[in-house]
Amino acid sequence: MEKELKILKYNDLPKLIERFRTQGYPVLAPVRKNKVVEIETVESLDAVALDALLSTQSAKKAAFPKVEKVIDYTLGKNAVQQVPVNPETHPETILFGVRPCDASGFKSLDAIFGDTPRDEFYLKKKEKTTIVSFSCPVADSYCFCTSVGGGPGNTAGSDIQFTAISKEELLVEILTEKGAKLASHFTDLLSDTKGDIDKNKFLAEVKVVFDMNAVVGKTTASFNNTALWLEQSLRCIGCGACAFVCPTCACFDFQDEQNTKKGVRLRLWDSCGFSLFTLHTSGHNPREVQSQRWRQRIMHKFAYMPEQLHVVGCEGCGRCSRACPVDMNIKEHLTSIGEIVTV
Amino acid sequence: MDQQNIYQPYLMQIEKITEEAPGVKTFRLKFTDENEGNNFSFHTGQFGEYSVFGEGEVTFCVASPHTRKGYIECTFREAGRVTTELASLNEGDTIGFRGPYGNIFPIEDWKGKNLLFIAGGIALPPMRSVIWSCLDQRENFKDITILYGARTVADLVYKHELAEWKERPDVNLVTTVDPGGETPDWKGDVGFVPTILDRMQPVSENTIAIVCGPPVMIKFTFPVLEKYGFTDDNVYTTLENRMKCGLGKCGRCNVGKVFVCKDGPVFTRTQLKQLPDEY
Repeated sequence: MEKELKILKYNDLPKLIERFRTQGYPVLAPVRKNKVVEIETVESLDAVALDALLSTQSAKKAAFPKVEKVIDYTLGKNAVQQVPVNPETHPETILFGVRPCDASGFKSLDAIFGDTPRDEFYLKKKEKTTIVSFSCPVADSYCFCTSVGGGPGNTAGSDIQFTAISKEELLVEILTEKGAKLASHFTDLLSDTKGDIDKNKFLAEVKVVFDMNAVVGKTTASFNNTALWLEQSLRCIGCGACAFVCPTCACFDFQDEQNTKKGVRLRLWDSCGFSLFTLHTSGHNPREVQSQRWRQRIMHKFAYMPEQLHVVGCEGCGRCSRACPVDMNIKEHLTSIGEIVTV
Repeated sequence: MDQQNIYQPYLMQIEKITEEAPGVKTFRLKFTDENEGNNFSFHTGQFGEYSVFGEGEVTFCVASPHTRKGYIECTFREAGRVTTELASLNEGDTIGFRGPYGNIFPIEDWKGKNLLFIAGGIALPPMRSVIWSCLDQRENFKDITILYGARTVADLVYKHELAEWKERPDVNLVTTVDPGGETPDWKGDVGFVPTILDRMQPVSENTIAIVCGPPVMIKFTFPVLEKYGFTDDNVYTTLENRMKCGLGKCGRCNVGKVFVCKDGPVFTRTQLKQLPDEY
């Protein structure tokens, strides 16, 4: 659909959450908890940390939770009975107040889980999630969204996007059918825009630091550049924090939990940075050292995904660098890959 | 089975357990739900995720041929957490199975050719599926040669079937054990698989070679095949890597951009040479 522009008074924003709740929609939004900002269920706008630069964790858990039941069973004598786990049973949910990089991060997950065979656990939740993003008035030195095709006002992946254009008013971009359906609950609060509004005036400035096509090309050609991967990962302690905060990381593990009668199989987030990730029972490990695991992380996002799923697995949110306990900075690493002189 | 949930396994009953070698067992599995069994089909080369409820899943090939319906078999060595639990189960117990996954051995394309099977140790099971699938339509193939080696006589799996293949006039079976692994009454060869293969002087013309075994065996077998003129397109093998989903999503088994679970596990040597060193 063609996008629709409207104006909403800032003072009316609390009514939105109230109405969503009255309609019975769960609302997920960034919530400040001590020093971190989590994506959690909220009951009112008071709880929403709209001033946060970015939530500490990405918003992916709205459709790809950290822990999720995939099978459920009861044990009998010799026999096992399965209780079907139906991915359909997810309520319509609103993801509110997230940043453009979170909204666009879902396109990587859509590609991975939408590839055949389709993973309905993710897809059904995603289908039932309406994303209301807020463009970024400020950025920090970790942000590099503009270098990977995004931006502080990027609307890709959002159903509705808000931009503060004054202390009193928000520009409302209604971008999709889903967004229009949600906006129908607050049409009475919307007014028409007066004249042209240059949205860019209200957005943070994020400088382009590398050429994404060059980075994709050079990453693809660098599998055997052992020195590069070793140098970049020397500090890496393989903690996996980067993957857990990443909006596009989708690798997972299964674990069973069971008592004497009943059990479930859970799907949990995992990370290619862990040494156990690829370890064979024999003791052989195809990615034996941390530099090989770092190579996998970068190549998966910047070589394999672009080639096979036609999407770059990075939104430039910089969360991995902010979370890194040894201060590795992906923006610098990608910049240096882009600067490799090919012979 | 719920098609919405790609991670939900079929329930299978262990119909028969065969002790193959120390620590190695074969399970014959039947679908608990007869309808699911009737609708199930697979092709030789494919694998599955077998689950012990409460412990998790483990990846093996289907070791029985696709030409025989109504059951599947798997052969495994007790090695890790899940296989140890699996080995403690009894006939009549229930396990889970997801599959079939992965690509296949293109045996339709091999009609009219000689087949040379080369296997080592616990790698005979994936090949056994191919061997029986071919033997069940024996008239479609020319000479069939099987070279199988294990560390010791006790470690040879499928001993009854080896005896059966030995008896068949239309199969040339050569068995060998590593030096020191022989027993006083051992009638087969003694020597490593690549050495024995060299001595056999295999004919490469109109022949497909299928190689499954531990990495070190494969490494030394390929040059011997090359010496006798086998082209890379006519040499097949299977790869294995740690897997969780088996469906190209969990992110573990890829070798460079190639997913062993989706693009493999069967590869020609030509394809293998294009893969980076990550397996």
